Amino acid sequence: MKKILKAKGFKMLTALVLTYIIIQVLVSTNIINDYMQATLVTIFINIILAVSLNLITGFTGQFSLGHAGFMSIGAYTCALITARIPTTWGFILGVLAAAIVASIAGYLVGLPTLRLRGDYLAIATLGMSEIIRIIFINMDDITNGAAGLLTKRFVNWTWLFIFTVITVYFISNFLKSTHGRACISIREDETASEAVGINTTKYKVMAFTIGSFFAGIAGALYASYFYVIKPDIFNFNKSVNILVIVVFGGLGSLSGSVVSAIVLALVSSFLQAFSDVQMILYSLLLIIIMIFKPGGLLGSRELSIAMLGDWRAFIGEKFKALRSRKEKKTTAKEDLDNDPVENK
Amino acid sequence: MLEVRDLNVYFGVIHALKGISLSVNEGEIVTLIGANGAGKTTSLRAISGLIKARSGDILLNGQSIINMSAKDRVKNGIVHVPEGRHVFTEMTVLENLELGAYLRRDKAGIAQDIKQVYKHFPILHERRKQAAGTLSGGEQQMLAIGRALMSKPKILFLDEPSMGLAPLLVQEIFSIIKTINEAGTTILLVEQNANMALQIANRAYVLENGSIRVSGSGQELLKSDAIKKAYLGG
Repeated sequence: MKKILKAKGFKMLTALVLTYIIIQVLVSTNIINDYMQATLVTIFINIILAVSLNLITGFTGQFSLGHAGFMSIGAYTCALITARIPTTWGFILGVLAAAIVASIAGYLVGLPTLRLRGDYLAIATLGMSEIIRIIFINMDDITNGAAGLLTKRFVNWTWLFIFTVITVYFISNFLKSTHGRACISIREDETASEAVGINTTKYKVMAFTIGSFFAGIAGALYASYFYVIKPDIFNFNKSVNILVIVVFGGLGSLSGSVVSAIVLALVSSFLQAFSDVQMILYSLLLIIIMIFKPGGLLGSRELSIAMLGDWRAFIGEKFKALRSRKEKKTTAKEDLDNDPVENK
Repeated sequence: MLEVRDLNVYFGVIHALKGISLSVNEGEIVTLIGANGAGKTTSLRAISGLIKARSGDILLNGQSIINMSAKDRVKNGIVHVPEGRHVFTEMTVLENLELGAYLRRDKAGIAQDIKQVYKHFPILHERRKQAAGTLSGGEQQMLAIGRALMSKPKILFLDEPSMGLAPLLVQEIFSIIKTINEAGTTILLVEQNANMALQIANRAYVLENGSIRVSGSGQELLKSDAIKKAYLGG
């Protein structure tokens, strides 16, 4: 068993390194230009946001509309720190502080609100993120109010790649642990999980805190790459956009979130060419896909290397079937040619 | 083993349980019967900690557990099978059972108990890899009971195990309850099906409007005219 796990991990690592090398080659040969690099970075940030929100909404079943609020806390924390320590170490410190501050905020918000369910929780979290935004607008002395903060670019896409991998790795491992199972059981049936002895409030708050932690990291990365942050970036729309990625990829599927973050970013950057009707097309596309795939791209399944193997086997079989049918046809034909009498 | 003293529960301004006192001895099957809204389910939920009691005391083996969380009560052996089955629908039967052993860390014991549950409910073994949501109502009820057994209950609370089941299945569930009891688990049973419940119960309490009206042995109550009239259909 251990050997298999190791082999799996090894395959995963190879895949990641290959992905990195391919992107790096594309970047250094300027096939991915500066503009596309911004899209690439957006994809990574969105993956972190979507995966962390999926932990809260898709796996633990707590409908949150406030993810942008925690992202903004991370962004501001990091920007304020890097403004004082403008080095890479300052950035690393900033990311750590951002994650910690955001998760503390998540804990404080989660403790009272997670006693609510469904729509009420959505409204409460939405309210909290709006409050956070208004606070940032009004703390003129520190946050420069509605005009926002201007820092420097501290990271390139490699940093984002690393943080994205860490996020996905951590959250997928968390979900496989006892704690993760407890979270999933809350989504499945809260009464039953309480009855088997799961402390539901604790796990809901835990999922919320971890989700906010990574939202904080995403915010910090955003601030350190795009170097301009304003409270309005982190408004209600932002929260909804993150939720759209999660639902589109499939509630309860991490790989779904990853795929959907990539697909949606590519789609919207492609649609930039039709700026007049961009939002209309984007929304239409979402509606159409949700009609045909109501569970999201991947439902609650996960994309895995084993699954790719299955597909390969499946396609291989189809191919074989096709070939053998062809062969049969040709042999039948040959038979017919050679010995017409016997075939009759 | 379990003793409830003067338990009061309120829902907002509504006084749902008005000073309930009852006791369950080791090895017994005790049943709570009564009309809709009498407070049967509320009693179970208050004792297992799913809702908070305003006042009163609950003793488990002489130790007060009134201030314990639901989780700690499960740890101490009070395990509740909630009304309406409540299985984890998207997980497999086996995963459901494993979650029942959530608070345990003894892997060998867990594997043994899963086997024991399969012995009680052979159908669950057949369906172990199926998603629990695809089981029939009766099978889900069996799974809910099996899952509760996985947490090694000292006392098992069953809330309406016969609800919505075909008569034949009701018979089967009750005979399994009896078997589980004979294997050494004390049972507190809430039932609409008063007739069946009284037949297998050692003792029974009749609830009415949040307080206990009558109590006695199962056989006594089965014969009592007042009970017959009110709950057993003449």
